[in-house]
Amino acid sequence: MQARTGGERALGLARGAFSWGVLVFLMAPILVIVPLSFNAEPYFTFTEGMLRLDPEAWSLRWYREIAGSEAWRGALANSLAIGVAATAIATLLGTLAALGLSSPQMPGRRLAMGFLVSPLVTPVIIAAAGMFFFYSRIGLGQTHLGLILAHAALGTPFVVVTVTATLSGYNRTLNRAAASLGAGPLRTFARVQFPLIAPGVISGALFAFATSFDEVVVVLFLGGVEQNTIPRQMWAGIREEISPAILAVATFLIAFAAALLLVVGWLRGRGK
Amino acid sequence: MSKAPKLATGDWRPRLRAAGLTLPLLAFVAATFAAPLATMLVRSVHDPVVADALPATLAALEDWDGLSLPGEEAFAAAARELARARDERTLGRVAGRVNRVRSGLRSVVAVTGRRLPDGPAGSWRATLTAIDPAWAEVESWHALRTAGERFTARHYLAALDLRRLPDGSVVRQEADRRIHLRLFARTLWVSLGVTFLCLLLGYPLAHHIAHAPSRRAGALLALVLVPFWTSLLVRTTSWIVLLQGQGVVNDLLVGIGLVPDDGRLALVYNMTGTFIAMTHVLLPFMVLPLYSVMRAIPRSHMNAATSLGASAPQAFARVYWPQTLPGVGAGCLLVFILAIGYYITPALVGGSSGQLISNMVAYHMQTSLNWGLAAALSAIILACVLGLYLLYDRVAGAERASLA
Repeated sequence: MQARTGGERALGLARGAFSWGVLVFLMAPILVIVPLSFNAEPYFTFTEGMLRLDPEAWSLRWYREIAGSEAWRGALANSLAIGVAATAIATLLGTLAALGLSSPQMPGRRLAMGFLVSPLVTPVIIAAAGMFFFYSRIGLGQTHLGLILAHAALGTPFVVVTVTATLSGYNRTLNRAAASLGAGPLRTFARVQFPLIAPGVISGALFAFATSFDEVVVVLFLGGVEQNTIPRQMWAGIREEISPAILAVATFLIAFAAALLLVVGWLRGRGK
Repeated sequence: MSKAPKLATGDWRPRLRAAGLTLPLLAFVAATFAAPLATMLVRSVHDPVVADALPATLAALEDWDGLSLPGEEAFAAAARELARARDERTLGRVAGRVNRVRSGLRSVVAVTGRRLPDGPAGSWRATLTAIDPAWAEVESWHALRTAGERFTARHYLAALDLRRLPDGSVVRQEADRRIHLRLFARTLWVSLGVTFLCLLLGYPLAHHIAHAPSRRAGALLALVLVPFWTSLLVRTTSWIVLLQGQGVVNDLLVGIGLVPDDGRLALVYNMTGTFIAMTHVLLPFMVLPLYSVMRAIPRSHMNAATSLGASAPQAFARVYWPQTLPGVGAGCLLVFILAIGYYITPALVGGSSGQLISNMVAYHMQTSLNWGLAAALSAIILACVLGLYLLYDRVAGAERASLA
C-alpha cells in the first residue's frame, strides 16, 4: 500500500465536492418543488413565512384544489385506464417475444431485437407525427384504443429488454430437468421458468406503465378532449399559466417515481 | 436411415418455436409503430392533392414549352377543374398546395375558383386573366405544374431551404426564408453542447460513485435514479419554477447580492433554459453507462500503474481513461441521440430562441399544416438518429439500450 500524497488527497476531496455539486443539481428540482407545493400563497418561491417555518405559511390548499377538480380527476382516470391497458398488451407480447429472442435458435435474433427496440430511440415527436397520420386514417384518432395501442408500442421495448436481461441469467438446464421429470413445455413455463423470471417481467411492466403514465406528445397528437391524461393536463397548465396546483401534481408524480424505483430495486434484489 | 430426418426435425422445431413466440410482438410493433412511420415517409415524397384535382390541366401543361403562356386548352381545363374543386370543396387544399410552391397563389387560386362564371367571356384565357392578372404570368403556371407532381422531392428541398427553378436547377431559398438549416445547425450544436456538459458533469460523478464503498455507492446511485425516473414534465416544470424571474434561483442570487433586484437574470424561456433543463434530463443517461464501465475496472490497475512510477495524471490518462472509453462512447452517443430529437423541454422552457428542429416538426404538424414538409423533416432527423443508433449498437450492444 502506498501512502497517498497531499496532492492526491486534495484531488479526491475536489472530486467529492464536485460530485456532490452535480448531485445537488440533479436533485434540486425535486427538492425545491416538493416543499413549494405546500405554499399557502400562489407564489413559486419560498415566502418569508415558509422560511421561518411559520405553520400559517404552509398549507394543503393546492392538494385540496387538485382533489376537488373535475378535470384532474378525469385525467387521472384516463391515465390509469390507458396505462393499465397499454401495460397489459406490452407485457404479454413483450414477455413472449423475450422468450423467443433469448432462445439461441432464434433466427435473425439481432435484427429482430434492433427492430423491437426501435420505439425507444425514435424521437417521440416523429413517432407521434407518423401515428397521427396513420391512426386517423384507420379511424383510431381521438380514441382510447388508439392511445392504448400507441402507448403499448412505446412500452414494449422496456419489457423486451428487461425480460431478455433476466432470461440471460436463467439456467436452461432447469427446463430440461422439468422435462425429464415429465412436465410439458407449458407446465415447465408456468411452474418453473415464469416464477423465476417474474421479477424481470414485473419490472418491465412497471417501466411500460411509467412510460405511458408520463407520455404527453403522442397524447397531444392522437388524443382529443375525451382522452385528457395527467401529462396532457399538466402540459396545458404549464403552457397557459403555471398554477401552484401543478406543483401538487408534480409532488404526487415524484412520490410515484420514488415508489416505482423502490419496487424495481426490491425486485432486482429478489431476482438475483 | 430413419435417424437423419429426425435430427433435422429437432433442428427446426426450436427455431420455429422461438420465431413463433417473437412473431406476435414483431407484428404488433410493425402495425402500431413501423407502419405509421412508413406512411409518413411515403407522405414526404407523395402528394396527390393537386394531381387528383387538376388532371386535365396538368396533362395540357405536359408539352408546354414553359417560356410563353400555355394555350387556351390549359386555361379551359384549369377553369373547368377549379370549378369542380370548388363544388367538391377541395379548392382550399389545392390553393394551399400551390401556395407552398409560389407564395401568393393561395388567394389567386381560391378567388378564381369562387368567381368562375359558367361560360367563358370570350376566351377562358381572357376570363381567368380578368379575374386575376396572375394567370398571365408564366411563373403561376410553373407553380401549378410543380404542385401537380404526384411524386416529388420538393418537401425535402424545402426542408433543406432549397427550391427548384422552372428550368429544373436547384438554388437556395431567399435569405429571409431560410429557417430549417439554421435550426438543424442549432440543434446540432445544442446537442453537442449538452453532450459535452453531461460528460463534464457526469464523468467525475460516475467515478465518485463507482469507487465509493458499496453501501454509499448504492445511496449515491439512488440520487441519480430518482430524478431519472421522475416525470419529464415534472422536471421541466421544476426548472421553470426555479429559473423564472421571480423564481428560487434569482431570489437566491438577489438575496446574496450577486445580482441587483432590477437586473434579475433571464434564465428560462430562452436558450439558457433549454441548455440547463436538457442537461439535467439527459445527465443520468451519461452517468449510468459510465458507472457500469468504471465499476468493472479493478482498483489494482491504478495501483500497479503508480507503483511502476506513473504520476497520478499519467496513470489516469494511460491506464484508467482508455478503459472507460466504451462507457464514454455509449454515454455520449446516447445523450446525443436523445438530444437531437428533443421536443418537450425546448417547447416548454425554450421560448422563441431555444426551439430545436423537433419543434419545427410540431409547428408544421399543428400550425402551418404543411404535413409533407413535417414528414420530410422527420425523415431527415430519423435518418440521423438511425445512423447514430447503429453506431451506438456497435459500441454498446442493443441490449444495453435501456438503462433499467
